[in-house]
Amino acid sequence: MNKNKGLDHDEQLLFEVGDINKTGVDLDDIDNLDQMIGDSFSENEIGLAGLSEPETIRHYVRLSRKNYSIDAGLYPLGSCTMKHNPRLNEKMARLEGFSDIHPLQPISTCQGALELIDLISSWLKELTGMAAVTMTPKAGAQGELCGMMAIKQALLDRNELNRKVVLVPDSAHGTNPATAAFLGFEVKTIKSNDKGLIDFSDFKDNIDENFAGVMITNPNTCGLFETDIVKISELTHKSGGYLYCDGANFNAVVGKLKPGDLGIDAMHINLHKTFSTPHGGGGPGSGPVVFSDRLEKFCPTPLVKNIKGDFILVEDSSEKDLAKSFGRLNVFHGQMGMFVRAMSYMLSHGADGLKQVSEDAVLNANYLRASLSSHLTPAFDGFCMHEILFSDDFLKDTGVETLDFAKAMIDEGYHPMTIYFPLVIHGALLVEPTETESKQSLDHFINTLCDLVERLKKDSDSFKAAPVFTPIRRLDETQAARKPVLRWKEEPLIAV
Amino acid sequence: MRYLPLTNDDRKNMKKIIGINDINEMFTNVPKEVSLDPKFNLPNHKTEMEVGKILSEIANKNINSNQVPFFLGAGAYKHHIPATVDHIIQRSEFLTSYTPYQPEISQGTLQYLFEFQTQVSLITGMDVSNASMYDGSTSTAEAVSMAKRITKRNKVVLSPTLHPQYAEVINTLISSNEDEIDYEFSENFEVEKLISKIDDSVSCIVVQNPDFFGSCHSLEQLAEYAHSKGTLLIVVVNEIISLGMMKSPGEMGADIVACEGQSLGNPLNFGGPYIGLMSTKDKYVRQLPGRIVGETIDMNGEKGFVLTLATREQHIRREKATSNICTNSGLCSLAFTIHLSLLGEMGFKKLSKLNHEAAIKLYNKLKNLEGFEVKNNSFFNEFTVKVPINASVFVEKMAEKRNFSRSSSI
Repeated sequence: MNKNKGLDHDEQLLFEVGDINKTGVDLDDIDNLDQMIGDSFSENEIGLAGLSEPETIRHYVRLSRKNYSIDAGLYPLGSCTMKHNPRLNEKMARLEGFSDIHPLQPISTCQGALELIDLISSWLKELTGMAAVTMTPKAGAQGELCGMMAIKQALLDRNELNRKVVLVPDSAHGTNPATAAFLGFEVKTIKSNDKGLIDFSDFKDNIDENFAGVMITNPNTCGLFETDIVKISELTHKSGGYLYCDGANFNAVVGKLKPGDLGIDAMHINLHKTFSTPHGGGGPGSGPVVFSDRLEKFCPTPLVKNIKGDFILVEDSSEKDLAKSFGRLNVFHGQMGMFVRAMSYMLSHGADGLKQVSEDAVLNANYLRASLSSHLTPAFDGFCMHEILFSDDFLKDTGVETLDFAKAMIDEGYHPMTIYFPLVIHGALLVEPTETESKQSLDHFINTLCDLVERLKKDSDSFKAAPVFTPIRRLDETQAARKPVLRWKEEPLIAV
Repeated sequence: MRYLPLTNDDRKNMKKIIGINDINEMFTNVPKEVSLDPKFNLPNHKTEMEVGKILSEIANKNINSNQVPFFLGAGAYKHHIPATVDHIIQRSEFLTSYTPYQPEISQGTLQYLFEFQTQVSLITGMDVSNASMYDGSTSTAEAVSMAKRITKRNKVVLSPTLHPQYAEVINTLISSNEDEIDYEFSENFEVEKLISKIDDSVSCIVVQNPDFFGSCHSLEQLAEYAHSKGTLLIVVVNEIISLGMMKSPGEMGADIVACEGQSLGNPLNFGGPYIGLMSTKDKYVRQLPGRIVGETIDMNGEKGFVLTLATREQHIRREKATSNICTNSGLCSLAFTIHLSLLGEMGFKKLSKLNHEAAIKLYNKLKNLEGFEVKNNSFFNEFTVKVPINASVFVEKMAEKRNFSRSSSI
């Protein structure tokens, strides 16, 4: 049966369109030499489907057309920073001198690679005002892990591993408590106050002799700058703890202030957020971590060192620089391909441009705030930073929930904002426009949202049915989790 | 500035609507101790041409794998990547989309991940796979962590021929007490010796195959013994192309498989981004970390895909999650799956043979070279050579010979 809908083509699975006897790659002939694999040699059928080149292109192009993307429209996912990904970045990352070099090349043949790592390191240190940086973490979550491991190592060095308690605000990203727990810390939640900020007295009350540190996102996930951050860092240090800052929202303040001035000890930076490397449908990310001088010596291995223009890679933990390092986070030196992209972005913007980036991000968010306040309910009073948080109060008595409202936006041509996060606000809607949206684009978005809110009173049923204009309608997620079907199989599938 | 669409007039009008005169009025939450607009010792913005020139000059200081004969391996491999792969992964809809949280407008990503999970399950010989990890080393560490959760045991035995930097990563990410991990780096892989380390306090045994020195092993006996003690077998594969002509880890009895998938679709990139693969048996799926895509139906009964089993993950479970992992290697898994779709069964197996035969030819030449000792009895596409002088001096000397010309022939 033809299930195509105009430009939206139905596309079967690779294993349904492909053929085990087909290939899209011409390879040299083989000589049929005697194998030297030994007794683990096998010629058994694997079951891989193959496609010719034209079929491959068609398969993936058809699939691609079922995706929303920043390139196609505003993507207001709060806390995710879906900004424009400059194509120069992509071109630079594909220079053979960066893309086709091996992580274990002789040092004399990869001086450029080490120079690039040194260059981006110096930019990140200057922009954050911090003493040290490690480039190796593979993503934001690994960056968090890296920062918290340095803190754990510092406590070990002080022989104070009895300090087991890490405080995490209730508005934090899920990765924060997960990271602390993974490392064996005891996670204690601290409350937000009615302004969406950390309740300083609750923070203070939770500090005792077991206090290891606190993980704070700043600007926080309510889109607000933690105004007590300096007080918090002072009390943290006075109490013998460390301040970890989740730098996911660094894009709101980059070029505008130096996080080092806030008294933080470690902060990861998501290159795919602040520095425009593509999100790629869920990675790859990159999460460098900057450190205060209190934590510098506990950095992971390896380190790049610049010795009068000659670059070396310090990997051996017996070296002086790494004597107190907590170890290696991943097999090589981090996400080089992402470093090149981020460097291309930083050089393009420069110090003046990066300041403009954060100012425009904050301006765009506050413009949405001012323009939408008549129809939606901002969760907190006052200006926001780069993102604006709404509660679901405006949906009260309509029968429509946050999820329905989000799905209705899809039919209007928009990717929904982040919903039900942060957890501190009922039915939260977190909107982050980013600095790469024009005023025209924001105005269109504002009008669309206001029209939708108007429609709530007249036609709430349409929200429950949305989305309608998508390749597929709302999916049964409960069934997916209850009877997991996680791969294609030829025979009828048996549930786990 | 070319990436910023607001004009000065826009900014002025927007400020008026917001009700401010100065941009810094929106930054009043920043405490007074912190200076706004500090001086940065950094240059101002540059044109596209200038940036291109600066970065090209840095790139040109490296010797890349297309300029010289290239023999590096040990966890990262140079293979030809079909032009189609890089073209498709740069399509806006793949490159500039987020994690597929809204399935109705993310079926492209979700379907290719479902196909990817199927391919990974097939080549590793396992029931299920996740939607990828950061790289082979972190995937291996997550596998160890998973085995500890399943068995509720703390001891971990690493094969002496596991990549030493993988062992370091496991040690960093897993060990809360160094006694838990048994690892003694050596070129001697002896099944009997490994078996002697297994008892009912060991959560898992981690074996790389082909191993760090390139040798290939049968693991059935080890698997059988491990299972008799309730210990899980984790098989690590660095060079995924080897699975085109070797028994799959699943066939040999693996419980969890952790691989570096870079060899398919992904360039060397000086070590990253790469793509970790992870697969396991059906019965362990709820302990598998990372993103997983599942099939389901929509309200009209049409087949579709969603992210599933999220109750394992940090954004739902917070401190009780199976892992703190958030992103996968989305775009790298796309490159992987496109390359493998182009190859298909025939191409994958042939690519595997080509690699193996090239290695055999070099092996046969080096075997008879005076002063050199080839260590392996078995190998796939890499093997270990003992050279007559210090090895790091030797490779630097080899690198100095970079300027010979390669004849091109048609």
